Amino acid sequence: MIAARVFVSLVALATASAAAPASAADAPRGATACAICHPSKTGVDTPLQPLSGRKAADIIAAMQEFKADRRPATVMNRIAKGFSDAELQAIAEWWAEQQP
Amino acid sequence: MTASPTRSLSARLTRRGVLAGAAAALCAPAIAQNAPRIVVIGGGFAGAGCARALKHAEPRLAVTLVEANRTFTACPLSNSVIAGLRDLSAQHFTYEKVAADGVTLAFEAATAIDPGSRTVTLTSGTILSYDRLVLAPGVSFDWGALPGYDEAASRIMPHAWQAGEQTALLRRQLEAMEDGGTVLMAVPDNPMRCPPGAYERASLIAHYLKTHKPRSKILVLDAKDEFSMQRLFQDAWKALYPDHLEWIGLSNGGKVIAVSAATRTLAGDFDSYKGSVINVIPPQKAGTIAQIAGVTDRTGWCPVDPVTFESKIAPNIHVLGDATLVGTMPKSASGALAQAQICAAAIVRLLANATPQQPKLINTCYSLAAPDYGISVAGVYQPVGGIYLEVEGAGGNSPLDAPPATRAAEAGYARSLFNTLTAEAFG
Repeated sequence: MIAARVFVSLVALATASAAAPASAADAPRGATACAICHPSKTGVDTPLQPLSGRKAADIIAAMQEFKADRRPATVMNRIAKGFSDAELQAIAEWWAEQQP
Repeated sequence: MTASPTRSLSARLTRRGVLAGAAAALCAPAIAQNAPRIVVIGGGFAGAGCARALKHAEPRLAVTLVEANRTFTACPLSNSVIAGLRDLSAQHFTYEKVAADGVTLAFEAATAIDPGSRTVTLTSGTILSYDRLVLAPGVSFDWGALPGYDEAASRIMPHAWQAGEQTALLRRQLEAMEDGGTVLMAVPDNPMRCPPGAYERASLIAHYLKTHKPRSKILVLDAKDEFSMQRLFQDAWKALYPDHLEWIGLSNGGKVIAVSAATRTLAGDFDSYKGSVINVIPPQKAGTIAQIAGVTDRTGWCPVDPVTFESKIAPNIHVLGDATLVGTMPKSASGALAQAQICAAAIVRLLANATPQQPKLINTCYSLAAPDYGISVAGVYQPVGGIYLEVEGAGGNSPLDAPPATRAAEAGYARSLFNTLTAEAFG
């Protein structure tokens, strides 16, 4: 009985992760840190835009402009430079999959 | 993550069991009751954030958050309370939304941890078993490190470095001070919670004195010669508070080596200073429960694996936030919450026998030199050689030559960041 429960609960965990690729547990490196400033829920008093559900191409375009100092910024220009193009691509795609 | 069909998972369990040898026999029963049990101790940004992130990533986990206080008082922006610019109640947060996420709350202190039997004992005698334990206790004060400064002295010369009654006490003392008085502030060496926080506090106290008690001044006695966002702060002080703020660094005798609450005196290497109001920020170390758990090293802080935040000293115990020493990452609410999310994701993957992802963290700290004058330091961090180091070519401070509109915008972003951080952890 006990052994069966171990088995079931661990399998449940593993399969849950496999079935939900957009889970925070599988977020690409750096992705969850965006939510420190960009709200992941509604009703937060901030001018910063949520990223959930936004088009990946739009996020990537903005990040590339921040990275190249072509877009006005206070901190995003400093932060964008810390990520490779491949990382930005993966982060943008992950946020695009999140439910707004 | 790739699919984990039943067979390969059981194969992994077997392989791990073989590798772990006798240890596996001890481990298996601990995981045996329903869902894996995670106990999180400490309900600040790191602890509350981690508990919620665990439930979001894997709702079937049994997550218990142990926290002695039913109301959390946030440190970020509490310097504005001290300066009379913000109400203390705006710093208060409760745990209803954390509970609504399915986290079990235990409103009492943890008194003992047994890594062998994987149990936590609470004040009431309740014993919680865990498969993985997360400690997020923040800082405690190293009372022995500064002669004359103990808990009793802190009721006369407040530290206000844990927000709450101490914040209100320092505020009341500033309000009660007669114009013409001197405010003293003692700042310790690093590592400390919120490295720019002392200089923000000095700035905002100077702002209060300039606007309400213009014959008064604040004298900052610092155990360091260099500090976070130094040029930005010093430029702001020269412009805004030339008559109201003086900073004395280590080289000029700024290190406070003893204090006397009875005579309201701070003693440095060269001089002694008397103050009408005295704010002593004492040397710090990891929160008490981290010491009880035995996960601190001789620095007084907790060394952790940067990928999982698992203690380098005790297995199955993760440590987050201000209690850790993780390379060059500053101790901040923003960093603590970013760590909490990484740790939660790593725990879920470890429980599923998957490899945790290599993380990258972002830290952003804002400071107010005046209510409409914000400055920031940002950094991107990644594990290098077992600690977090800043990614080169990224991060850094606000520009030195930014126009007032930029300073005003960053002051606004400071408040926005507070709103987002608190919503993420408590809202």
